[in-house]
Amino acid sequence: MTEQIINDLTIQAATVNGSGSQTANLILTRAIFKMGIPVAPKNVFPSNIEGLPTWYQLRITPDGHMARTERVDVLIAFNPSTWREDLLSVRSGGAVIHEEAFSNADVRTDLTYYPVPFSKLAKSKIQNDTLRKQLANMIYVGVVAGLLGIPWEALEHGVTRQFLAKPKAVQVNLDAIKVGLDYWQDNFSKTDPYHLKPMTGRVEGKVLVEGNQAAALGALMGGVTVVAWYPITPSSSLCEYLIAYTDRFRVDPKTGEKRVAIVQAEDELAAVGMAIGAGWAGARAMTSTSGPGLSLMAEFAGLGYYAEVPVVIFDIQRIGPSTGLPTRTSQADIAFAYTLSHGDTKHLVLLPGTVEECYEFGRDAFDYADRFQTPVFVLSDLDLGMNLWMTPAFKYPEKPFDRGKVLSKEDLERLAGDWGRYRDVDGDAVAYRTLPGTDHPAAGFFTRGSGHDENARYTESPVAYERNMDRLLRKLETARGALPAPVVDEEAKSAIGLIAFGSTHAAMLEAREELAAAKKPVDYLRVRALPLSPEVTAFVARHERVYVVEQNRDGQMFDLIRLALPPELVGRLHSIRHYNGQPIPAAAITEPLLESEPVPA
Amino acid sequence: MSTTLNRVGLPRDAYKGAATTLCAGCGHNSITNHMIKALYELGVEPHRLAKMSGIGCSSKTPAYFVETAHGFNGVHGRMPALTTGAQLANRQLIMLGVSGDGDTASIGLGQFLHMIRRNIDCTYIIEDNGTYGLTKGQFSATADLGSVQKKGAVNTFQPIDPCAVALTLGCSFVARSFSGDGKQVVPLIKAAIAHRGTAILDIISPCVTFNDHDGSTKSYSWVKDHEESIADVSFIPFFEEVHVDYEPGTVRDVELHDGSHIVLKKLGEDHDPSDRRAAMRVIEEGRAAGHLVTGLLYLDTTMSDFATAEGIPEAPLKDLGEAELRLTPDQFDQFISEFA
Repeated sequence: MTEQIINDLTIQAATVNGSGSQTANLILTRAIFKMGIPVAPKNVFPSNIEGLPTWYQLRITPDGHMARTERVDVLIAFNPSTWREDLLSVRSGGAVIHEEAFSNADVRTDLTYYPVPFSKLAKSKIQNDTLRKQLANMIYVGVVAGLLGIPWEALEHGVTRQFLAKPKAVQVNLDAIKVGLDYWQDNFSKTDPYHLKPMTGRVEGKVLVEGNQAAALGALMGGVTVVAWYPITPSSSLCEYLIAYTDRFRVDPKTGEKRVAIVQAEDELAAVGMAIGAGWAGARAMTSTSGPGLSLMAEFAGLGYYAEVPVVIFDIQRIGPSTGLPTRTSQADIAFAYTLSHGDTKHLVLLPGTVEECYEFGRDAFDYADRFQTPVFVLSDLDLGMNLWMTPAFKYPEKPFDRGKVLSKEDLERLAGDWGRYRDVDGDAVAYRTLPGTDHPAAGFFTRGSGHDENARYTESPVAYERNMDRLLRKLETARGALPAPVVDEEAKSAIGLIAFGSTHAAMLEAREELAAAKKPVDYLRVRALPLSPEVTAFVARHERVYVVEQNRDGQMFDLIRLALPPELVGRLHSIRHYNGQPIPAAAITEPLLESEPVPA
Repeated sequence: MSTTLNRVGLPRDAYKGAATTLCAGCGHNSITNHMIKALYELGVEPHRLAKMSGIGCSSKTPAYFVETAHGFNGVHGRMPALTTGAQLANRQLIMLGVSGDGDTASIGLGQFLHMIRRNIDCTYIIEDNGTYGLTKGQFSATADLGSVQKKGAVNTFQPIDPCAVALTLGCSFVARSFSGDGKQVVPLIKAAIAHRGTAILDIISPCVTFNDHDGSTKSYSWVKDHEESIADVSFIPFFEEVHVDYEPGTVRDVELHDGSHIVLKKLGEDHDPSDRRAAMRVIEEGRAAGHLVTGLLYLDTTMSDFATAEGIPEAPLKDLGEAELRLTPDQFDQFISEFA
């Protein structure tokens, strides 16, 4: 027997979409997490309800690496249509659990095979006719548990946690897992090197959360009261979680009244319009969408910018337009979102890089929107939004809401009604607003696009227009310093710097470890907001060569940074791009970097 | 000019707005005046009024009445979305949307339909002139088949009738009128405001510059000659005594949500405004006979508006604070622990 490999392997389940395999995969994930072992699941699913191939990658590392990897150690082959292709993905020496009926003619000889008669076992051992297809997946959970040594208590936890809302389902699922475990014990002896052993020190105090769950919780804690959305993958679950959370926490048990309004709109034009209408009327309002929906929101986003209406827009990026690859991830909306609208427009964009930041930025976005009276975009992506991530438990907010500059009736009385909606009173270019319903004769004003003076009166005066445009630009400068600053790590004291943002962070952490191990330590700056902080320019100035890593073809962040740099620094900037729709692995950073920056012999 | 104060202590002038920038003689200006009269007589508090509009000549008019109220001139065809959001943020607001036939029946048709479907509590006035005024005279989607453009082009498409469409969708208040018929428009506006739900009021409003010629079915002379009112409309607000001294069988009296009454005096054939199929028939028969049927076509006071159906409190959502909106620290910790 070869040397044991403990807690450092990647399981890939190849199944058929719509067959209930996701439940089995999640139970497996939670059971292993319960053993104290870090897990990083990635669900690679098709745009399909039932029938197409789907893969679930469960990466297990003692160090808690959470990026996708292209290395598969243990394959669970449950899908005859991808069986041959799946075999090719396994690293040499890997293990394969597969349906016994799959042909083993000419299969690779460098793998260990564990054939299991899943169909026969399901027929003979599972009594529940209606759930047989779903429960058949549980059998592989049992086999994997046997193969890797997952204790029964951990499996019990996984099942109980998965069926929190359906406790009746716990036993029937455990029974099916037992079928698989028994089959393993009765028929196999282990010849592959992979083992799971309970460990401590990595997962304590941590939870498993999807970015969309985190963002929904953020919106809830940020005080959202009006939500308008149109279903679109991969953003739908954000609003669906929000519906579930508000059903639980925002309904008055006595009256049945709900302290939130959620509208499933007819399209994204309406969704963002409703949110802007609500923001104008003083509510904390949001919508959530993905690329194609963002395209439809362009006109209203511009109106929101020019009329200076607070609103929060979540964009869970994917590949589009049209059918595109709606279930594949991307970071290709940033340039579009940043300037969404015709005309001179620059928006505030938050770029969460972890699920914890999905929560924090999802919450604080409402403060930024109110404070700067403008649309705030929160750009997550499919990888961050729809996969489970190990994260420190979220913190309760320390600060009350920042509702920004709103004049009340009493304020207007004090001012004797002397105010102007677009007057820069405080020198920060953020004006005061009043809300509809304010009982003062001077409160009302007429909101419209860009053609207005300081008192919100329509004007076509070139002077007034230019003055307003310049104030909006100054407002952007005020916001620039207030948004989440970049996270800088220069401990490597390297001449080389890497810049990334969003979900690329997980691969960056791992790539830095790999590069350090290859005697090529690098510094790291993670951008967390647009407009760019001056810190970014300073970071470039402190490094000889800087690589911008991102998940889009055109190097959109690379371009934005280049535009911000003084000419003498532009040459220092280089670009590493990953855009095949799969979450970026560390290798996609390490390999091109080592090619450009060879380690001296 | 009257200096009589209304029930909230305001003179009629308090309901005026900026001077109109529309063409002299534009039907929309008449509607603005009807609006001022209706709002003044109803005693609407200006601060509770939210004037919403999209883009076009019609959509400029909210600037021309109740200057002290908040207004939002949004993007083309999207007034319903803004109105929906604002209404949900603050149910205390009186949402008054002004749109046009291009804004409603072309670019905004989708939002028009879905607002009706949800029965958002608002008044939706269509200043309908069958033409695009600001872009100089193209046909709109409400132009009748065979009607003639100023430059001579003939419309070869079927019109979209906002009232018929609204009826099909089960709109809870559907009326049509004519900008020149203040006697009918004013009580209809009042009733639309008193109604809780989406009230559609399609007001034919001639465009003097681009659509007031022979061959147009939206010209002053055509509408004057072809208007056929189905009933005399009067409105008795909740703060006045109901006093009806008509002969039995000649009037219909419908009580609205706020206790106001709309009283319909039969003119010709009796029309039951609670009968949706009858409303469709009246429109279709009018069209077949070459008439423009006006009046209150349909009214359903039993349907829940969206915010009520969704259990949204009457107190504005916008006023809720951390205590009402955030989880408590204990709830939060418990909730997070469920993700372990």
